[in-house]
Amino acid sequence: MNKIVFSISVCLSAAVIFSSCQQDKKLPFYGERHAETVRDASGAEKIDTVYQTIPNWSFLNQDSVVTTNTVTDGKVYVADFFFTSCTTICPTMHRNLMTVYNDFKSNPDVMFISHTIDFKYDKPSALKKYARKLGVDGPKWQFLYGSKDSVYTLAEKNYLVAVGEDSTAKDGYIHQGYLVLIDKDRRIRGAYDGTKEDQVEQLKKDIPLLLAEYKK
Amino acid sequence: MRKYIINSLSLLSILAIVISCQNQETIDLQNYMSNGKDIYIARCQNCHGKNGEGLGELAPPLTDSIFLKTNKSRLACMIRNGANESLLISGKTYKEKMPAFPELADIDVAQVMVFITNSFGNNQGFVPYKEVSVQLQSCR
Repeated sequence: MNKIVFSISVCLSAAVIFSSCQQDKKLPFYGERHAETVRDASGAEKIDTVYQTIPNWSFLNQDSVVTTNTVTDGKVYVADFFFTSCTTICPTMHRNLMTVYNDFKSNPDVMFISHTIDFKYDKPSALKKYARKLGVDGPKWQFLYGSKDSVYTLAEKNYLVAVGEDSTAKDGYIHQGYLVLIDKDRRIRGAYDGTKEDQVEQLKKDIPLLLAEYKK
Repeated sequence: MRKYIINSLSLLSILAIVISCQNQETIDLQNYMSNGKDIYIARCQNCHGKNGEGLGELAPPLTDSIFLKTNKSRLACMIRNGANESLLISGKTYKEKMPAFPELADIDVAQVMVFITNSFGNNQGFVPYKEVSVQLQSCR
């Protein structure tokens, strides 16, 4: 009898110890990283990790207005790559992203950016029509048009999303359906398959976690 | 007394046989529904949604039973060849192009059509493959 009581109490105390060493959950960093020697506020040298960031960009948005990376200053944002005539994964991605958009509609610190990869057809007017039909209005969700080179480089090198032209594909283009979460310092903090409901649910949980990192 | 029991038992078993023996159409309907659902998930769901709710003004819902009923003879052709005209569905006009699915065989079209017209609140019964095949031959 004593033995049983003893083993139960050991188990219980172990459980208590393990559960008490949980930290505040922080999202991971994606992409390249390197160590750099930096000076902190007091001037002392220390080594810090520098993560991959999204470079400056400039595209036309759905209102034909030149839009640059400064629109994302001070915001976390979700970026994705799509095209309006896509009949395969894009409708599902944007159906799911719509639910995220609606959840964070009133939060000024959250933004959405969709880059079209159809540089031939998706001029700003086509993007505007698409956005309106999807049910999006206003600057919170930007639909951006740019040259093939600039968008494809940004996708593959910086957001780590594969995109490409493919004449054998049904709609002429292929791309991955990732929704990429970027923090206020332009670092990649998450990538979620926009076609899978459970991953989109995870994105909805992760955005508040990321915002909380910036609250002091 | 014994006679009664035997009689009622035999009557019961005959009844059970009759009930369990579904007619061919019901079995076909179930077959079409289950195969049609797989085709729907693979080809239609990305635009029309898990519950046939559509997507904004980009893709119409499949819940307008009146539209489905009045256009019953055209549905097969729309599934195979897509649509490129404005359609009035659930009181809204939809102008986006629907892609064609030329890779679907007649039986596939029949199955997915039966699935759609008997799901999402629609209940329009069974349409045999032969009938759909005839419709598909006279698509505009």
